[in-house]
Amino acid sequence: MAVQSTGNGSYEPSQVKLPEIKFTKLFINGEFVDSLSGRTFETIDPRTGEAIAKIAEGDKEDVDLAVKAARKAFDHGPWPRFPGSERRRILLKFADLVNENAEELATLDAIDAGKLLHLMRIIDLPLAVDTIRYYAGAADKIHGETLKMSRELQSYTLHEPIGVVGHIIPWNFPSLMFAIKVGPALAAGCTMIVKPAEQTPLSALYYAHLAKLAGIPDGVLNVVPGFGPTAGAAISSHMDINMISFTGSTEIGRRIMQAAATSNLKPVCLELGGKSPLIIFNDADVDKAAEQALQGSFFNKGEICVAGCRVFAQDGIYDQFLLKLKEKAQNWVVGDPLDPNSHHGPQVDKTQYEKVLSHIEQGKKEGATLFYGGKPVDRKGYYIEPTIFIDVKDDMTIAQNEIFGPVMTVFKFKNVEEAIKRANETKYGLAAGIMTNDLNIANTVSRSIRAGAIWINCYFAFDADCPHGGYKMSGFGRDLGMDALKKYLQVKSVTTPIYNSPWL
Amino acid sequence: MAAVCNGKLEDSFMVPEIKFTKLFINGDFVDSVSGETYETIDPRSGEPTARIAEGDKEDVDLAVKAAREAFDNGPWPRFPGAGRRRLMMRFADLIDENVEEIAALEALDAGKLFHWLKAVDIPVVAETLRYYAGAADKIHGETLKMTRELQGYTLREPIGVVGIIIPWNYPSNLLFLKVGPALAAGCTVVIKPAEQTPLTALYFAHLAKKAGIPDGVFNVVPGYGHTAGAAISSHMEIDKVTFTGSTEVGRLVMEAAARSNLKPVSLELGGKNPFIVFDDADVGTAANLVLQGSLFNKGEVCVASSRIFVQEGIYEEFSNQLVEKAKTWIVGDPFDPRSNQGPQVDKKQYDKILSYIEIGKAEGATLLTGGKPCGDRGYYIEPTVFSNVEDDMRIAKEEIFGPVISLMKFKTVEEAIRRANATEYGLAAGILTNDLNIANTVSRSIRAGVIWINCYRAFDIDCPYGGYKMSGFGRDFGMQALDQYLQVKSVVTPLYSSPWL
Repeated sequence: MAVQSTGNGSYEPSQVKLPEIKFTKLFINGEFVDSLSGRTFETIDPRTGEAIAKIAEGDKEDVDLAVKAARKAFDHGPWPRFPGSERRRILLKFADLVNENAEELATLDAIDAGKLLHLMRIIDLPLAVDTIRYYAGAADKIHGETLKMSRELQSYTLHEPIGVVGHIIPWNFPSLMFAIKVGPALAAGCTMIVKPAEQTPLSALYYAHLAKLAGIPDGVLNVVPGFGPTAGAAISSHMDINMISFTGSTEIGRRIMQAAATSNLKPVCLELGGKSPLIIFNDADVDKAAEQALQGSFFNKGEICVAGCRVFAQDGIYDQFLLKLKEKAQNWVVGDPLDPNSHHGPQVDKTQYEKVLSHIEQGKKEGATLFYGGKPVDRKGYYIEPTIFIDVKDDMTIAQNEIFGPVMTVFKFKNVEEAIKRANETKYGLAAGIMTNDLNIANTVSRSIRAGAIWINCYFAFDADCPHGGYKMSGFGRDLGMDALKKYLQVKSVTTPIYNSPWL
Repeated sequence: MAAVCNGKLEDSFMVPEIKFTKLFINGDFVDSVSGETYETIDPRSGEPTARIAEGDKEDVDLAVKAAREAFDNGPWPRFPGAGRRRLMMRFADLIDENVEEIAALEALDAGKLFHWLKAVDIPVVAETLRYYAGAADKIHGETLKMTRELQGYTLREPIGVVGIIIPWNYPSNLLFLKVGPALAAGCTVVIKPAEQTPLTALYFAHLAKKAGIPDGVFNVVPGYGHTAGAAISSHMEIDKVTFTGSTEVGRLVMEAAARSNLKPVSLELGGKNPFIVFDDADVGTAANLVLQGSLFNKGEVCVASSRIFVQEGIYEEFSNQLVEKAKTWIVGDPFDPRSNQGPQVDKKQYDKILSYIEIGKAEGATLLTGGKPCGDRGYYIEPTVFSNVEDDMRIAKEEIFGPVISLMKFKTVEEAIRRANATEYGLAAGILTNDLNIANTVSRSIRAGVIWINCYRAFDIDCPYGGYKMSGFGRDFGMQALDQYLQVKSVVTPLYSSPWL
């Protein structure tokens, strides 16, 4: 194993000045407050396994207070009663403040989630800002319709804000997830409670502070850090929350939907796991394909629901492709996320770290060939080498389960029909990548794969205007695009008889 | 009191032959795998009408297998929209051609009025199919405005195999409300009609085949909720479930969906719908609208107006006129063209309604008229009006689903809005006023999915319909309904040298 590539980054506590952790309390009704129980929990730095800060731990009683504030803000406060342009003005101010503080926010996420600082600066934060600005611009363009009734009736639909929304967001893209959930919900005129993941509460609390500075009225945006079984469960089963938007694991998604059903039958939207295929055809540029595959599996240390971790390479280019993969993997640097030379940082916490390593062992045990990597980096923190398995059978654990780490599985295929069939043989359906310049293959395959996002000759091609979400057990409901607003709106029909209308 | 039970109760009217009593799976009528059957009851007499094959998990598995095959490999989703349109139009024509037989089956099964079914309900069923047939070739995605050199577009694809669980109060209409858009979208369906009312669903299966709808696209599995219904909600190969029924069962459906394969669900549940009558309303018109709103279909309507808020200026006069009109409301055999109201659907509902009437009396509401069963056979109940109903009484809070009206007095607009919204439900609301500003304010302030101003139950196929709060989520009717049966897929490709962005 070429030593130079693995564990080859710099791990020295970097020269980057770590930010002071300014916000560690719950944000309810415009104030930072302790949890009612007085309890706190530690948020861990995955570069070292050590605590960064103590954060107030929200539980059911705190959620109740937050919901009370959000309910009042919705039922009686100015936010839903503002014209769309006023919400726009305030949201744009919010976006500007996020932009002004991007460096500090990026650093917070880097140490909280082990994400690369240099990519946070050029991808995550700018996208979060753009997403808020996108929805700011949508707030005054929410249309219902007048209808074509079959008798003398006038009728129209109103798209009304649904009310108090619960957002439960994951730890892999703390800032981006915050923006894509909160943006449309605020634009629609809703009020909300955000429960950031317990692993990554820091930036959410900072956003709460900026929201207040921007002029978002008290009670409209509340942030309650805490754990899933306590704060998260309290939100899912709250009788006074009108809707839940969740991104996270399939297992938790189930519990949320069940809790919603047993409580007040609130609608839920779930964006869950994936085991997305990347299909590379013979006519693809092998170098580009290898680059795409590497990014698809190792970007953000594989902690991304749309990771293209099942790579199907057509037999004509298979061997060439493997060579290129190895070459590029050797230049993939695992190191401190604050170091601009790193390509990926540590896994977010010990649980994830152990889960990934156990999947790697499982892969070896089941008889797949370990082609590259496969070992943890021998030092403090949760660093794992980029890992590639070949000779993987479709029904192996590593081919079916979502690993959520830097582990790629490579398969060989003969023809289009086989690729489609095998790509679809998963309970998930989040994304898929297709690499080919053949128009007909691109069209056929994009229509045939049962997944919500199809990327042709690109990957992770997210965009504020492009709806994103799952098929099958990857969930339902869409984030991003104008479609995302639907989650936070309800359709009301209003009908009145008319007399002497000159047309129908 | 004799005047209230004033229709003909003998079932001397012609009863149709029951031709279809088996499960309809993959284009064939088959016995249930277990061989079990159950009786469907005539609510005019409480006597059995016919023995119907009883579907259970194994039968649902077979139906889903057929629907899966029809979707994954069959022609239905692969037809152009015009192809589905053509077959759905033919299906609608066959329904029109057989309107009398279908109406008779439904009247017999659910105690619904035959003349109304023949003149309105069943023709609307055909029209619903035609509306969606005409939508099949107009399902659009969008091209997107990407922020960099990428071409992006959305495709709205049929979601796959749809489970449809429907109740017994509008067996035909609610069936096609779901089947229409599901078929237009290119989906295949497995339908479980309510155990009380399987007859028309099976007849429609026969017509579907006759119309040329390919095998496996349209499947009907009659059976019970806790067996066949549960099998559908928790099936790993069903992609979506759409349910209309009680809030209690809606919960079970959503839980089962979550526990199994996380299939999305749409729920249309109960209601405790307010009808707000302002001082400026014409009292006679108001009384008529309220009577119809509350008693139509023997009160077995999820949008039944069951809480009538009457402004104090006209309260006395209104309640007098309402009671007078209620006394002329004819309860009788559903096949008798003079009847306004037939029997409740089954003994369970009948007992439940009568017990609520007792509760109302015990809670101290004033019984103005009705309150008793009619006749000694079948499930007929007098139209019943309570006055001086307090907001916290059970008859004011719980859905009764029968011919029981609760009258409440109010002073101001704000009070009416507050009290109308003080319910966990949010399905429909009626407003009676000619004042533009009151109409606008109140329609915006009531948290319900359908607001009817100076009319009630003004459904229309182009008008989306569904609940707020615990009345459910998802919309039926209108182009909105198609969303339930479609999934959004985004397709993105890099662009080079594009002359615009």
